[in-house]
Amino acid sequence: MIEVVDLYKSFNNHEVLRGVNLKIEKGQTLALIGGSGKGKSVLLKLIIGLTKPDRGKILINNQDISKLRGKLLKQLKQRFGIVFQGGALFDSLTVFDNVAFPLKEKTRMKESQIRDTALAELARVGLSDAESKYPAEISGGMKKRVALARCLVMKPEIVLFDEPTTGLDPLIGKAIHKLIRDCQKSLNFTALMVTHEIPAIFSLVDRVAMLYNGKIIASGTPEEIETSQDPVIHQFVHGELEGPIPIQ
Amino acid sequence: MSWILTPFKIIGNFAHTFIRESGRMVCFLTTAFFWVLFPPYLLRRIVKQINFIGVKTTLVIVLTGSFTGMVLALQTYYALVKFGAETSLGPVVALSLIRELGPVIAALMVAGRAGSALTAEIGIMRISEQIDALDAMALNPYKYLIIPNLLAGIISLPLLNAIFVVVGVWGGYAVGVGLTGVSSGTYFGGIRDFVDAKDILEGLYKSLSFGLLITWISCYKGYFTGYGAEGVSKATTQAVVLSSVTILIWDYFMTSILLT
Ligand SMILES: Nc1ncnc2c1ncn2[C@@H]1O[C@H](COP(=O)(O)OP(=O)(O)O)[C@@H](O)[C@H]1O
Ligand SMILES: [Mg+2]
Repeated sequence: MIEVVDLYKSFNNHEVLRGVNLKIEKGQTLALIGGSGKGKSVLLKLIIGLTKPDRGKILINNQDISKLRGKLLKQLKQRFGIVFQGGALFDSLTVFDNVAFPLKEKTRMKESQIRDTALAELARVGLSDAESKYPAEISGGMKKRVALARCLVMKPEIVLFDEPTTGLDPLIGKAIHKLIRDCQKSLNFTALMVTHEIPAIFSLVDRVAMLYNGKIIASGTPEEIETSQDPVIHQFVHGELEGPIPIQ
Repeated sequence: MSWILTPFKIIGNFAHTFIRESGRMVCFLTTAFFWVLFPPYLLRRIVKQINFIGVKTTLVIVLTGSFTGMVLALQTYYALVKFGAETSLGPVVALSLIRELGPVIAALMVAGRAGSALTAEIGIMRISEQIDALDAMALNPYKYLIIPNLLAGIISLPLLNAIFVVVGVWGGYAVGVGLTGVSSGTYFGGIRDFVDAKDILEGLYKSLSFGLLITWISCYKGYFTGYGAEGVSKATTQAVVLSSVTILIWDYFMTSILLT
C-alpha cells in the first residue's frame, strides 16, 4: 500500500532523513517511534506530498507521489487523512464548521447532507455537544478528537497520525487510542502513527518501526521490537539513560 | 588577516540575503497571480478581508486624516502669509493631501494596524500546521489565504485614501477658515481651480500600489515565518518595518515617474 524507498531530505544543509525504507501493508497499523526532532513529522509530510524529497521514492499503490503534480496529486491527497500534532484546527471556524469544511470545499453535497454527515462524525468521536465552540475554547484532547473527525469525514483510505496522544493525560490518551482503534475497525483504513506511547502502543498496532539517525533501523511486530537485542532499540524501548543513544 | 575580510563578508552576506529574499518574494507574488486566473473565486473571503483591512482601519484613518489636514493648514498658513499668498491655502493643502500625504500616511496606518495582524495570523496558521492542513485537503493555501488579502488590499487602500483626503481637506478647512483668516469661498474655490484629474489619478495609482505592497509583504512574511512564537514575532516586526520603508522608497519612485 505505502512503500518508502531510500528517501533523503535535508533542510539548509541539515540532513534529516538519510535513506528511509518503510513498507506498510493495506489495512495495517504501523507505529513509528524515534527521538524528538529526528524527522518523524517530516516523514509524514513527505508521505502525504506536502513537501518533496531530495531523493528517493514514495509509492502509494505503486504510484510515486513525489513525481505527481496538479490534478493527479490532488486526487491522491484526497485518499489520505492526516491528524496533525496540535490538531491544526482552523481557529476562525467553530468545531462544526471545522468538520464540515472539507465537505463544503471538496464535495457537491447539499447543505443538509453536509450537516448530517458532519454531526454524525462528531457523534462518533463523542463531541456532539461541542459543535458551536471555537478551537480556543476546548481542551487539547477535544481538539485531537475534532481533528480526527475532520479527517475521517472524507472517508480516507490511509490515515496518518502525528503524536495523537502527546500532551494529554494518561486517561484521555487511552481514550484516544481506543477511539482510533474503534474507528479503524469500522472504517478499515491503513494507519501510520507517530507515537511516544511505549509500551502502551505495542498492544494496539500490527507493526512498529524505529527511526534513528535518519534511517529506519528496525521494523517488525511489536514483540520483535520489544525483545530486540539491538542496543539502540533496547535502550529506546526501555527508556534507559545508559546506552548508545546520545541524550542532548 | 581575517578582520580585513570581515566587511566584505558582511556585504556579501547582505547582498546574498537581499537577492534571495527578493527572488522568493517575486516567486510568491507570481504564484498568487497565477492562481487568480483559475476558479473558485472565494468572494466571501475577499469581503471578509476588506472588512478586516479596510473597514476596521477607517477610524484610524479619520483620526490621522483630520489632524494631518489641520496641522498642514496651520503650517502652510504661516508659511504662505510671509509671501502674502495665504489665498492659495486651499489648493496647497488639498494637493499635498491628494498626491502625497493621503496615500502615504493611509498606507503606513494600514501597514501598522492590518499588515502586522495579517502576518501574525498567517504566521500562526503556519506554525500550528493549519496551512499544511489546507494543503493536505488538496486545497490551495494561496487561494484561501493569500489572494483574498492581496485583492482586499488593492480594493481597500484607494478607498481609505479617499476618506483620508476628504477628512483632511475638511480638517484644513476647519483650521484655515475657522482659526486663521482665509474665507470659505477662497479655500474651496482654489481647490476647484488647481486640483486636476491628473493629481487625483496620481494618488489613486499610489494607493493601489501601496495596497498590493503591504498585503504582499505581510502575507509573504507570515507564510514563510520562522519556527515558534519567536519566529512569528520576528516576522511581524519585519513585515511592518519592510512595508513602511518600501512604501516611502516606492513613493519616491512613483512620484518621479508620474511627474515626468
Ligand atoms: N520546514 C522546515 N524547515 C527547516 N527545518 C525543518 C523544517 N521542518 C522540519 N525541520 C527540521 O527537521 C528536524 C525534524 O523535525 P520533525 O520532523 O518535526 O521532528 P519530530 O521527529 O520530532 O517530528 C528538526 O530538526 C527540524 O528543525
Ligand atoms: Mg513531530
